[in-house]
Amino acid sequence: MKPEDILRIAREETEKQGFYKYRINICCSSGCLPFGALNLLKAFENAVKKFGVESECKVARAGCPGTCSVGPVVLLEPGGYIYQNVTPEKAREIVKSHIVAGIPVKEYLYANEAFFKKQLRLVLRNAGKINPMRIEDYIAAGGYQALIKCLTKMTPKEVIDEITASGLRGRGGAGFPTGQKWNFVAREKNTPKYVVANLDEGDPGVFANRTLAEADPHSIIEGMIISAYAVGAEQGYIYVRAEYPLAVNTLREALRQAKAMNLIGENILESGFNFNIELRLGAGAFIAGEETGILASIEGRRATPRPRPPYPATSGLWGKPTLINNVETLANVPPIILNGGDWFAKIGTPKCTGTKCFSLTGKVNNPGLIEVPMGITLREVIFEIGGGILRGRKFKAVLVGGPSGGCLPESMLGLPIDYESLTKAGAIMGSGGIVVIDDTACMVDTAWFFTDFCVDESCGKCVPCRVGLLKIRNILERIMKGEGKMDDIDLLEELGVYVRDASLCGLGQTAPNPTLTTLRYFRDEYVAHISEKRCPAGKCFKEQASLEVKE
Amino acid sequence: MSKEDRRLLILEREMKARMYQKSVLLEILHLAHELYGYFDKDLLNYISERLNLPPSHVYGVASFYHLFRLKKPGEHVVSACMGTACYVSGVEEIISAIEREFNVKRGGSTADGKLSLFITRCIGACAMAPNVTIDNEVIGKANKEVVLKRIKDIIGG
Repeated sequence: MKPEDILRIAREETEKQGFYKYRINICCSSGCLPFGALNLLKAFENAVKKFGVESECKVARAGCPGTCSVGPVVLLEPGGYIYQNVTPEKAREIVKSHIVAGIPVKEYLYANEAFFKKQLRLVLRNAGKINPMRIEDYIAAGGYQALIKCLTKMTPKEVIDEITASGLRGRGGAGFPTGQKWNFVAREKNTPKYVVANLDEGDPGVFANRTLAEADPHSIIEGMIISAYAVGAEQGYIYVRAEYPLAVNTLREALRQAKAMNLIGENILESGFNFNIELRLGAGAFIAGEETGILASIEGRRATPRPRPPYPATSGLWGKPTLINNVETLANVPPIILNGGDWFAKIGTPKCTGTKCFSLTGKVNNPGLIEVPMGITLREVIFEIGGGILRGRKFKAVLVGGPSGGCLPESMLGLPIDYESLTKAGAIMGSGGIVVIDDTACMVDTAWFFTDFCVDESCGKCVPCRVGLLKIRNILERIMKGEGKMDDIDLLEELGVYVRDASLCGLGQTAPNPTLTTLRYFRDEYVAHISEKRCPAGKCFKEQASLEVKE
Repeated sequence: MSKEDRRLLILEREMKARMYQKSVLLEILHLAHELYGYFDKDLLNYISERLNLPPSHVYGVASFYHLFRLKKPGEHVVSACMGTACYVSGVEEIISAIEREFNVKRGGSTADGKLSLFITRCIGACAMAPNVTIDNEVIGKANKEVVLKRIKDIIGG
């Protein structure tokens, strides 16, 4: 295959799709699949046949458009109509009315326009619109043209310069400048070099990476090939959680198709550049998302982190220079190459460019997967995109950044979402989880839940994390049982700071965040538990019995 | 040839295809888990012998990752999702109800081996929280009445 062949496929596919007046995209992502998406796909195919509109209406499986709470969902183009809670019966009605008669079925439409209004979809540019199982769909949407541009017109150094100019920062949580990271690996003399795409989305309540892989796997693969070209690697691994079977299968199929088109393999598009990608499955360890943990896991060992330096850029997989990027970071790469770093740098804020995907869940009216420009406020996300609090209850806190993020109160809702502001407030960007908590939740219990998660997931290698977190959890349990002492508050704070400062890796360093932020913003709840033996949310003392079962 | 032998054969073939490299341990464990549903001591010892790894290393890796089971699961498996979204949506109440109703503890099985109750950390269907998976069926926006009834239907029938 030559670059011209890819461009020809793009032309032919676009032409083919142009024959159809309508396209019905049925979301077959993990959010909709358990609720009958595959039956729906058949129902639409049958309905289109029955009404004799096969030649003008294409029915295709697709990824997630983001509105996961009203599944199964269907995206009907042109016009971007989203139908919610679609059943086979509704499918027939939709085809009859919308396709045959040209009249959308209003009562089945997803009516929350606000959900999309403030979003900006760069990473999720194709999500819900293309068939993830067909590489031709991706190519017709402009896919692999960034790779062609890199291979034919740019040197590796120019690619890195473009990424550096874009200001792109790692989307895995820490926010390290991507261009700089690529540069570190590129200048290493030691070979072979490896690239690793991190799709070990272990945070409970987060599903952005999974959705991306299920909806648009080639955007990840293309970004990865470009990164390998830039740093001079010939072998790559995509590390995926085994708990995401659909993402695994979608990626596996995508890799097969990319290989068949010589987009990976030997002498890619006759450029002389070789690069192979293998999938590696995780097995349910949160810590395997840590960058030295992931390396240990790919090498077939327990995913225990090790001290840095040496950084993976110098000594990673099997002691060789290794570039590790989150898959969302990689999916940003193709549009940056095509549109230029300057274009990307204008989106978001000056220090945090671009967009970020968030899984918006908890007690909001419109949960789902969203992508917003950096710098948007939490208030906009929760009350405009999210449509406010479920059942008209009162907002209490928002947990940003997964189990080791922070719980922020109402007074912090004006906070712009960027790496620095969140860290300053005691939260983290993490992998992009936003969980909204209403006034029925007890903050001590919330802190307990996340600490319990981290106790479970601590790899046990270093003492502060292994022992310190356990102690924090025990003290929280004591407080929830009404056996707390006033000194416990200071003790928690002291312990939290020790664990944060002395732990080896990111897990331990951030695990005390929920406890520390709830102490900072909801101290009165701790005091009520200790001195009045009262839970302001009315949760703790009545559930004492079930707590005992837990132990 | 018994079913048992076929499974071992599949495992052996895969290890051979990967040239018995030590670094493929996790992939081999995945395959073995898929074939057997859990690991017993003999299986882990067999893998350690074939890959020429100390049994302690194989056991260490197998027990490190949450996905792997070291005990035989019950005939039917209920997994309650304990992800953040499910927790704040009240999955705890459903779990306690299952524990009481079927006399089973989380992480364990009923005395007759019919039902196991496991906790999983996030299946990623957070917008449908709380989620409970019964065998392979996901119940989204679950409540304890629906879940208890479904379990009774399954183990009763």
